[in-house]
Amino acid sequence: MNELAISAQGLTKQFKTRGGMVTAVENLSLRVTPGETYGLIGPDGAGKSTATRVILGLLTRTAGESSILGFDSMADSYEIRERVGYIAQQNVLPADLTVMENMRFFAGVQCVSAEAQKKRIPELLAFAGLSNFTNRLAGRLSGGMKKKLALACSLIHEPQVVMLDEPTLGVDPVSRREFWSLLGDLRAEKGLTIFVCTPYMDEAERCTQIGLLYGGKLIAAGTPTQIKGLLPGHLLEFTPAQFAAAQQRITGMEGVLELQTYGEKLHVFVDDVGARKAQIEMALAAEGIAHDDLREIEVRMEEAFISLVQQQTEKVGV
Amino acid sequence: MPKSLRRLAALIRKEVTQLLRDRRGLAYMLGLPLLQLFLYAYAVNTSVYHIPTAIVDQSRDRKSREFVQALVNSQYFNATLQLENGAEVMTAIDKGQVRAGVIIPPHFAADTDRGSATVLMMLDGSDSASVSSGYSAAALVAQSYASHLATEQVQRKGIRTSALAGASALPITTSTRVLYNPDMIDIWFLLPGLAGLILQTLAVQQAALIIVRERELGTIEQILITPTRPLELVLSKMIPLLALCLLTMGVVVGIGVFWFGVPFQGSFFLYFWLTLLFIASSLGLGLLFSNRARTQKQAQQQALLTMMFGLLLGGMIYPRSAMPAIPRFIGDLLPMTYFVRASRTIFTKGVGLRFVWTDMLALAIYTVVVVLLAARNFKKRLD
Ligand SMILES: Nc1ncnc2c1ncn2[C@@H]1O[C@H](COP(=O)(O)OP(=O)(O)OP(=O)(O)O)[C@@H](O)[C@H]1O
Ligand SMILES: [Mg+2]
Repeated sequence: MNELAISAQGLTKQFKTRGGMVTAVENLSLRVTPGETYGLIGPDGAGKSTATRVILGLLTRTAGESSILGFDSMADSYEIRERVGYIAQQNVLPADLTVMENMRFFAGVQCVSAEAQKKRIPELLAFAGLSNFTNRLAGRLSGGMKKKLALACSLIHEPQVVMLDEPTLGVDPVSRREFWSLLGDLRAEKGLTIFVCTPYMDEAERCTQIGLLYGGKLIAAGTPTQIKGLLPGHLLEFTPAQFAAAQQRITGMEGVLELQTYGEKLHVFVDDVGARKAQIEMALAAEGIAHDDLREIEVRMEEAFISLVQQQTEKVGV
Repeated sequence: MPKSLRRLAALIRKEVTQLLRDRRGLAYMLGLPLLQLFLYAYAVNTSVYHIPTAIVDQSRDRKSREFVQALVNSQYFNATLQLENGAEVMTAIDKGQVRAGVIIPPHFAADTDRGSATVLMMLDGSDSASVSSGYSAAALVAQSYASHLATEQVQRKGIRTSALAGASALPITTSTRVLYNPDMIDIWFLLPGLAGLILQTLAVQQAALIIVRERELGTIEQILITPTRPLELVLSKMIPLLALCLLTMGVVVGIGVFWFGVPFQGSFFLYFWLTLLFIASSLGLGLLFSNRARTQKQAQQQALLTMMFGLLLGGMIYPRSAMPAIPRFIGDLLPMTYFVRASRTIFTKGVGLRFVWTDMLALAIYTVVVVLLAARNFKKRLD
């Protein structure tokens, strides 16, 4: 048996559309070891869902290889389906079944024995905080509760791997936090391998390994710290009064590696904080641009991601 | 219990819960067939004119000759043969020389004057159109000619004859229903076929939508990710619908028998099995459409086409014997064709398995083939 929980090599998926072939995932390679929480991070349309579905065998692949727990995504579909839990991006639990009926249904199709169901269903409902809603129709649950029900249903057969496609989409911040703490419990208690797709950078920080997906391609992979470490230099943040003018002035200045906009703020990557901070302040003063303090801040996943995407597009542009 | 059966049980329980929870869908499934039944019953007129008819005039008086003339004048009958007795008429019908026979017993004129005249009408039960038109026409003529023709005596006699002969032999009666709406009698002959058309339409349509709908909604994804096999999924969609369609069929036939007074001559047990096979094969066909279609619209169109073919080619209205080879072959591809023939035989002739087993076997084979095809065509993936 393969020691990898999930693996993909050179995975490519193209869709035939009226406008021709669309490449949704291109030459994707990734390795997820058991017990890891792997985050596939990327903006809308990056190909996260497509990659997940191809790995699960829900879509055919155009090229490459992929497997879960050593089972090939295409050839061993049923072995995979017995051992993996999945929450699709669109909430697709039968809305006209109650919470309990949903749990029973998924337990039934996964052939969970009656005794095991008696024990596990109440446990999972309590875990998901749904014990008081067993008779409510799934369609009448709040967004966060729907996702928790989906999680509970996907765990009913005690899978070794769960794959969650944007599990916090359309969920309020409090419920998002709750959901992630449930995932944390699962990893700690059961050693579950979790594969999660998300566009939220703050969620990426909670993963042990991440892959950044952009335009169907994996542009970086590693631990969150490693990814952030890929960035050159240090990060300065400030809010100028004349945004466009400040942006124009600073671009291309000596020692400025990269400039990102962040709402009303400017994020400036510099090679040396001490030297460049004074230099920028002087330049702005010369132009008569008022601004608040320039401060050095910790690089977050968000800045790292934007930076990596910019590098990528520059490479393609050249 | 094998895993496959456990999964099937879980899937069926889910389908049943969802079906029962969808009140509007249920009302539609039970209501639409009844609407169709009443519409067809009151609106369809399948009159056939100039039915070749054998005449047995045992009375040979002025009134009997007038009666025969009135039948011919009605345009519904052509007096093509003169015979001696009922047995000869039966033979002529069996040989296909005539489609109907009119037997006027001795002393017709005298009996008419006394108000107790009886005329026996024999009609070829295998040709619903002639039977229904002939019956209504004869009933009308009988009424206009001698409005107080006796009924009971004749009815008993008629039933005896039909049991004896195996071919439909129907009395001329002057029941109030005939008096107010002569064409209503069509339903007697239409019902066994009409039930087939209505149920095939319902079964194919419901089944055709059921899987492709989940595909369009996206709910199929969460089912596909379970270890459910295609055949299990197909059967789980089919079995609850089968129960529902059987119920609907029971209601349709029940209304036909108790409301429209259609006589049911055969064995209910046999009829149940015939119906079961027929509905199973229709559902299988619908599921095959559902698994091949990309959108609900496509599936709906295929279901509609099946209904049209069923109406025209299934033998309910137009006799299949008169069809050219290609339409007849298309008819052979419809479950309805087998059902209509067998249904009529059981309904009106009251004969046993011996006469309908070929059609039932055909439906059984049809069901197996089409369900396996549906499972094969089920897409295990999203693309
Ligand atoms: N069935 C399909 N047919 C054609 N193109 C498709 C299909 N599914 C996805 N695509 C295209 O593939 C690309 C990747 O889509 P995908 O849904 O995998 O992205 P995603 O990262 O999951 O985005 P989102 O955050 O919006 O869910 C998109 O450009 C999309 O339009
Ligand atoms: Mg997606």
